[in-house]
Amino acid sequence: MIEVPDRDIKILAIESSCDETAAAVVRNGREVLSNIIYSQIKFHEVYGGVVPEIASRKHIEKINPVIEAALKESGLQLADIDAVAVTYGPGLVGALLVGVSEAKALAYAAHKPLVPVHHIEGHISANYIENKDLEPPFLCMVVSGGHTHLVMVDDYGKYTILGRTHDDAAGEAFDKVARAIGLGYPGGPKIDKKAKEGDPDAIEFPRAHVKGAPLDFSFSGLKSAVLNYLNAKRMKNEAVNEADVAASFQKAVVSVIVDHTMEAAKTYHVKKVALAGGVASNSALRSAMEEACKRRGYSFYRPSPILCTDNAAMIGAAGYYDYLRGIRAGLDLNAVPNLKLGER
Amino acid sequence: MKVLAIESSGLVAGAAIVTPEKVIGEYSTNFKKTHSQTLLPMVDALLKMTGTPIEDIDAAAVSGGPGSFTGLRIGSATAKGFALALGIPIVSVPTVDSIAYNLCGSPYLVCPLMDARRNQTYTGLYTFKGQDMTCLSPQKAVPVEDIIAEINAMGRETVFLGDGVPVFRDVIEEKVKVPHFYAPVHLGVQRPASLGALALRYLDQGRIVSGGDHMPVYLRPSQAERVRAQAKGQKA
Repeated sequence: MIEVPDRDIKILAIESSCDETAAAVVRNGREVLSNIIYSQIKFHEVYGGVVPEIASRKHIEKINPVIEAALKESGLQLADIDAVAVTYGPGLVGALLVGVSEAKALAYAAHKPLVPVHHIEGHISANYIENKDLEPPFLCMVVSGGHTHLVMVDDYGKYTILGRTHDDAAGEAFDKVARAIGLGYPGGPKIDKKAKEGDPDAIEFPRAHVKGAPLDFSFSGLKSAVLNYLNAKRMKNEAVNEADVAASFQKAVVSVIVDHTMEAAKTYHVKKVALAGGVASNSALRSAMEEACKRRGYSFYRPSPILCTDNAAMIGAAGYYDYLRGIRAGLDLNAVPNLKLGER
Repeated sequence: MKVLAIESSGLVAGAAIVTPEKVIGEYSTNFKKTHSQTLLPMVDALLKMTGTPIEDIDAAAVSGGPGSFTGLRIGSATAKGFALALGIPIVSVPTVDSIAYNLCGSPYLVCPLMDARRNQTYTGLYTFKGQDMTCLSPQKAVPVEDIIAEINAMGRETVFLGDGVPVFRDVIEEKVKVPHFYAPVHLGVQRPASLGALALRYLDQGRIVSGGDHMPVYLRPSQAERVRAQAKGQKA
């Protein structure tokens, strides 16, 4: 257990792991005083995905204005801040290095402690912001463009990974399928929208299971099945109903994610289930998970879409608990692109 | 007036505290490329060793590019963090200018050569009259043969320096038609103290930017942008 101090702790958080330059001020881990996100998506769209060098260049351009806006909106001065928190992994190394270098210099010059935060811990902790009563232990399904992890949150900062993907992340599969049916990038929101016009039972795509690891995921087989389906249609000169493909593909992904999460909840006897990560904004996933939880009498938590996307408020939430646990970074903090959850 | 100079554009990582009167301290390494881990500890050691409170720093000078893209951003983000926390401006010094300034006072034509990979060098041409530096050919990314042609056309004795020297030495020996030589090791690559000294002159001229406005100068688009532009050009 952690000891909660009897005074307010205000954290300035910085996030730059992928294509969002973000800064936020969070009070006591759960109250967002500001949450500024500069999305670079329009610069990456034409390339069909995030270009690391372009992401890094945008980060260095925007990082100071974003931090300044976060401070201004919070109504606080840098002097009022108790600690600086920064994402140091996982993510794109060049992108991470901008936030890490900036945060280190800022914290050093302002004589503030620096808290290194794991990006996925941030996503999980986004759930604390709008659910003031949520406390560990709970089960969290983290789904994003780069991550698919079924995680047991044993305590603040303590995690057990119960399931992970063996190939593509769920969000990656969304991007690839969206590209194949001509919806463009980013795939998640575009498939979500298109699927609303389609029949999720029109096409039977496979639900992949990993032998010997019932809680793990594999999405590359599903992705190939969609591509094969599209090829076969094209060979026969038959029209493709993109909405049906989107809806059926989405259902295949969602059902595996929900099934595995419910299986884990049953196995590990938890009654609190949360979603996190960019794909947690997906409307089909949200409603399917909510319904499955309701049927079993579990409490269901998910962040608002603005807290699902990469943002710094979630880093401030995670950073708060890391701060209370005494976790501090040295001046030699480096970016760790392949940082594992629960490792430092 | 105290300038904190931050250098991380190439293999050299380092910092210096420079005033118009003296270099209070300089810490520089030319060893391995782990600038994100070494830069801030060097700044800290320097400030502590010289008893300088960071609040005494009036401006952050940074090697503004060209150079290693990631290296430039580590230096720039560090300078931006200082600028934001301390409310001080940034002096962005072109990297090739600051290398040339190592040889301040040289009677020869000064030609810094940085290894820019892809058969190019980041380079420029400079002369000095006393402490005043004149840039005859501003920094750019070109094949080394291009700058050699400029040098041969000028017909003046030339001194080469920079981390591109070992890379291009054979070409220089083959193609440079004027008398020439190479800078000694202690002056041959980026020096935080030179960066700081030149930054003080730029500061006098009002060449400052805010932490928010400062951007590294890459002299090159990203590879993705280059490939895309080429593909577009081929289509057109």
